[in-house]
Amino acid sequence: MKTIYLDNNATTRVADEVLEAMLPYFTQLYGNPSSMHSFGGQVGQSIREARAQAAALIGAAPEEIVFTSCGTESDNAAIRSALQTRPDKKHIIISRVEHPAVRALCSHLSLQGYKVTELPVDKNGLVDLENLENQLTPDTAVVSLMWGNNETGVLFPVEAAARLTHEKGILFHTDAVQAVGKIPINMANNQIDMLSLSGHKLHAPKGVGVLYVRRGTKFSPYLIGGHQESERRGGTENTAGIIGLGRACELAAANMEKENTDVRRFRDKLERELLKSIPQSRVNGDTENRLPNTTNISFEYVEGEAILLLMNELGICASSGSACTSGSLQPSHVLRAMGVPFTMAHGSIRFSLSVYNTEAEVDFVIQKMPEIIERLRAMSPFWKEAGQSCSVQ
Amino acid sequence: MWEYTDKVKDHFLNPRNVGEIENPDGVAEVGSMACGDALKLTFKLDEQKRIADARFKTFGCASAIASSSALTEMIKGLTVDEALKITNQDIARYLGGLPDEKMHCSVLGKQALEKAVENYRGAPSPEAGARIICECFGVTDKEIERAIRENHLATVEDVTNYTKAGGGCGNCHEAIAQILERVKAEPKVQAAPRLTNLQKIRLIEETIEREIRPSLRKDGGDLDIIDIIGNRVLVATRGACATCKAADITLKHFVEHRLKEMVSPDITVEEVSQ
Repeated sequence: MKTIYLDNNATTRVADEVLEAMLPYFTQLYGNPSSMHSFGGQVGQSIREARAQAAALIGAAPEEIVFTSCGTESDNAAIRSALQTRPDKKHIIISRVEHPAVRALCSHLSLQGYKVTELPVDKNGLVDLENLENQLTPDTAVVSLMWGNNETGVLFPVEAAARLTHEKGILFHTDAVQAVGKIPINMANNQIDMLSLSGHKLHAPKGVGVLYVRRGTKFSPYLIGGHQESERRGGTENTAGIIGLGRACELAAANMEKENTDVRRFRDKLERELLKSIPQSRVNGDTENRLPNTTNISFEYVEGEAILLLMNELGICASSGSACTSGSLQPSHVLRAMGVPFTMAHGSIRFSLSVYNTEAEVDFVIQKMPEIIERLRAMSPFWKEAGQSCSVQ
Repeated sequence: MWEYTDKVKDHFLNPRNVGEIENPDGVAEVGSMACGDALKLTFKLDEQKRIADARFKTFGCASAIASSSALTEMIKGLTVDEALKITNQDIARYLGGLPDEKMHCSVLGKQALEKAVENYRGAPSPEAGARIICECFGVTDKEIERAIRENHLATVEDVTNYTKAGGGCGNCHEAIAQILERVKAEPKVQAAPRLTNLQKIRLIEETIEREIRPSLRKDGGDLDIIDIIGNRVLVATRGACATCKAADITLKHFVEHRLKEMVSPDITVEEVSQ
């Protein structure tokens, strides 16, 4: 059975070009970049190139790039550094829909005496900048807002948020793990102090990420050890991973147009056709300010895990915000924060595409989804009455 | 990804007895869409007052659908009294087990069965006087107490896995902890009903056949029951077990443990050569 992978916000396939670039660094160019000999030194040169490639994708300078092990490490390093370098300030502002890498860290910090404000979002998943402005206090050390939401794809106006945060002399961090490589980002034109990105979301392997730290921003390292990464992150470099990430950033820049034309067109077609063919379905999140590859659709009266497992039988991979898939008993915190009724949230499916998806794959999913939903609705005790009473939508 | 048994997958992908019986003898709806799972159970009796047909409609995840399907298969042919003896553990066992976090799906089946029988009998709900403890999922103190007793639950997390209580806002964790304390403090009553000798022997045989032998055989071993004297089960090891140095550990920790759990806590297993 062929796999149709529409779960690219979870992780992506490593691009062939990326793998090819990485391979020599395992068995041939395995030297330590910090070594004095040229066998190691040449690897240091390759890392410099990768740093330049990563910087180019987001309009940064190479020295502003710190390689890390993942998005979560980047988020942790950014927020902890902000607090370390402003020890007299005890207030953090995030949103209710942040990734656990930020949210769980902040609830951990709240147990250590920090005050955490979680900005609400509206029914479209957007934050109110005026509210952000009102929450900024002289005690605020850092504001951390995600650029693109992993579940809905909704984009926050982080550049505007960074501007008004900066006016008050407060640091601004963004978790841009989902946004980098999907939308154009130019750090030369904004005031964001720190930005996290992750390799495996843009066709590099798992286990490598970046923390962008704007030149001039005070930084306190999270991992303390050797002098690697200009003393901003100790630990021998994940050389192959870093080389792969550099190449992936180069490819992402080259694919940016495709991402915003073909991928967007496929996503829009999938969304449009599913809403048309499946009654009582709706999109979660703002459809204007959104990543080009993501759609989150709720199918009422059926449960997400059951949908995913029937899709799995056909080789179709996606995700759900239902409680049953999370291991907790409550549906996704993102959908709840948006006020999506539980009855809708339980039946939510996130489709996230990549440049590797074809129109034929999208057409197959469009063809199969109505059968899956019908099959489960036929089993659902709520469907019959609902179908009769709400025939118009 | 959940680790579901093949049996769970089978009952999810090919659910038995989906639907609703017209003019049923017993009907019940439990759970709600907000909670994430809900089950409507209907059954019809034949002239001998045995369950001739049972049907379900379920909103929920794979294990909720599989538990409902299993339940309808299990109760067919039984009298309502026999059916009521089925526990949520039995439903889970029928499916080859459920992940801990999904045990509440089997509890949902058990609840539906009880309510449907109540509906058939027209008897008032025995849960009268129950107090809601978990507001998020509408779980009462009585339901929590029963789940603790029947499944030997020890922690708040266990209670959440089996009843969902405490899985939402978390405000009731303190109250659940108190119920746990209270139930733990209760004098231990003999959980299992007293068995006649004949029933005990049959249950020992069944447990060995169903629960123990398949595991031993997987490793090329086996055992035979030589005799049962009171609570002493005399067995002889066979196959790989007969020559295995760790066989006595298997007998104590696996065979005896399982028999104590399934038959009676007084059971001991002894090896005899024969």
